[in-house]
Amino acid sequence: MSIPKTLQEWLQSIPNLQMQKRSEQWLQLLCSAEQLPALTRHLMEEEEAEFATLLVEESADALSVHYLFYLPATGNLIELKVEAPAGTELPAISDTVHAADWHEREAWDLYGLRFSGHPFLGDFVLHDDDWPEGLDPMRRSFDGKHRPDLHGSGADWAPPRLLQEEGAMVFPVGPVWGDFNESGLWLLETPGEQIRYLHTRLFYKYRGVEKIAEGRTVDQGLLLAERFAGAAAFAHAWAYCQALEQIAACQIPTRAQQLRIVFAELERIRHHAANIAEIAGSTALSVAKALAQGIVEDLLRLSARLCGHRYFFGVLTPGGLREDLDEGKIKLLRQTLPELDQRMQQLEKHLEGSSSFLDRIEEMGTLSNELARIYGVVGPIARASGRSIDLRRHLPYGQYVFLSPDVPVEQEGDGYARLRIFFAESRISVKIILDLLPFMAEGPVQSPCPIQEGHALSWVEAPSGATFHWLRCTGDGTITRLRLGTPGFRNWHAFERAIEGAAFQDFPIILATWGLSIAENDR
Amino acid sequence: MSFWPYYGLQRGITTTAWPDGAEDSAGITPGRPCALQTGHAEEIAAACPTQALKAVSQAGRDGVAVDFSHCIHCQRCRHGDNALPWSTDFSWGAPSAAARPALESRFTRSLQVLYVDAGACGACVNEVRLIDAPPYNLHRLGIFVTATPRDADVLLVAGPITDAMRTAISKAYAAMPEPKRVMGMGTCAIHGGVFGESFACAGGLEKIVPVDLWLPGCPPPPLAIIHGLLSLVGRVTPAALEEQP
Repeated sequence: MSIPKTLQEWLQSIPNLQMQKRSEQWLQLLCSAEQLPALTRHLMEEEEAEFATLLVEESADALSVHYLFYLPATGNLIELKVEAPAGTELPAISDTVHAADWHEREAWDLYGLRFSGHPFLGDFVLHDDDWPEGLDPMRRSFDGKHRPDLHGSGADWAPPRLLQEEGAMVFPVGPVWGDFNESGLWLLETPGEQIRYLHTRLFYKYRGVEKIAEGRTVDQGLLLAERFAGAAAFAHAWAYCQALEQIAACQIPTRAQQLRIVFAELERIRHHAANIAEIAGSTALSVAKALAQGIVEDLLRLSARLCGHRYFFGVLTPGGLREDLDEGKIKLLRQTLPELDQRMQQLEKHLEGSSSFLDRIEEMGTLSNELARIYGVVGPIARASGRSIDLRRHLPYGQYVFLSPDVPVEQEGDGYARLRIFFAESRISVKIILDLLPFMAEGPVQSPCPIQEGHALSWVEAPSGATFHWLRCTGDGTITRLRLGTPGFRNWHAFERAIEGAAFQDFPIILATWGLSIAENDR
Repeated sequence: MSFWPYYGLQRGITTTAWPDGAEDSAGITPGRPCALQTGHAEEIAAACPTQALKAVSQAGRDGVAVDFSHCIHCQRCRHGDNALPWSTDFSWGAPSAAARPALESRFTRSLQVLYVDAGACGACVNEVRLIDAPPYNLHRLGIFVTATPRDADVLLVAGPITDAMRTAISKAYAAMPEPKRVMGMGTCAIHGGVFGESFACAGGLEKIVPVDLWLPGCPPPPLAIIHGLLSLVGRVTPAALEEQP
């Protein structure tokens, strides 16, 4: 867990760099804007660091910008903190850390923080046709309670367009489209048949969660953390609770830790099964979709029988869980899960025997290993493109410290590789739960978690990948900053690269094999 | 080689008997609190984080009333000393104050629904996706999903009505032929839910288009959505948004 020696020595050789050990695991570096590019380049190229998230905090006369990295090999967190007094620009790091690209665009839109050298600032979270330029909603001076009576460029806004050849057109998909889909706009540029370029315009679902959380109590914050991305409600609520527990230095009873794993893995299986249903549906394989949906529904019913809610709302509380699972419920879980697992395995076997189905997902929507690394994608998408990265292993939290779950990896990065990853991870999750049940500890599931002033970074491997939450609260339990660094935000960034060269009819299939949540991206 | 029709038949019929028969399978709904006559009404109401529970006093008897339009199933009133009883029903669709009458008979078994996501968290989307899955099988009821407002009789909207979706919702509504009805799905659509009204959310579908039916719940389970749609054509009895002790 200690910082690698080579890194320590290198850092000590840099003049005027303040180092602070926040914990055994967490090293904070207070650096200047000029030092930032060299430091990030070294972390990425020499230390093989992973970018966690970027967050901005506002103080009286400056913005503090935190660039958070972690080292998967040693499990260390490296935080670069830069002060940006009003009116200053920071050098963009997205040329070396491409995963930070969208983070910088977000910080410009929401805080008005300019990054020199960034080519695409503007029209991102806040749509230019709707929101006036220069109004930065995350700033303290902005009252987030109401929509100001100010408007953007309206009908003057035109979608960006790259393709200039004769007959080329932009084919819009969204924001209202298809049967039951989340809202987003995809502008497919094509000279006729092949999609040459995709411009993804998201944030139609932007609810300003990070802004409206400010001023609320930490208890109300939990309701938000559960409900901003309901398909991974437990994972996000868990990350949020971990932040509060870290601030209070609260010890969670073993039984609660174990049950949290049970719920988180159940959520992962359901999330993946729902994605598999969508993949089958996108290729018009309706029986396979129906079979997968049957599994999803049975998992939802199982969840409701275990904890009262189909999506695990209201299960977590800082310090543990609201309710224990009694013997009967544990037994129910032990009886139901193997049957569901068997149905999943059978579905996988049948899908693998359907050549017409495989034809439609093989070599489809490929994200190469190289691009996966450059974009720093996370979760199943990363693992399908040869990146063996999983916070349960590389930054273990809770009882995962003792479990070290298997991490399946595929190399192809296409739709079929992602499908195999969804199946493999579900199987591993079932095994984790069933292996854990005989060893459930006795005792309470909740310990007191007093509210204290402080801030913390916490993380969870959500079903769709690494999520990082940053929480700062006052002594009376008021949130002053909540940062949600979600996997959706990371992976949507890379999505457009997987579309290039695809045919029109492949677009919904590729979208389904990525299985990304827009709610999680938009926040 | 895979024989999908056979694999489908192998599972047998999994569709619910509801609305013709009863449905009480475990886990089909999260349930919701019931109003209760109790001496601890003030304490219970104070512990509700969304003000869904209200202490009321009627004819000298104290109790807790439930306002379902605010309930998000946080389960805090479900356990502990002052726990309220929770129902396991799903007939939740309730007419709005400005509700138009149920659609006439030619829609009873042919209803086209357009779903618009206006900031839903993913749980509502997931439940909506399940209404035409075998356990619920929407099509047997003559209800179909359409991708275009030109064919739609019902506009189904979920989410707290984000700023960027306001125009899309108004346009979709305007493009629908008469007669048309609107259903606001989930606590968020009613008044913003946990997100409320803010710079980014209108906090209520009624501010954009007229609404006929509210479907409370966070999220409403598939059968509640079907109950809502059937109420719009007068095939089931709608519920109320509030319950008095």
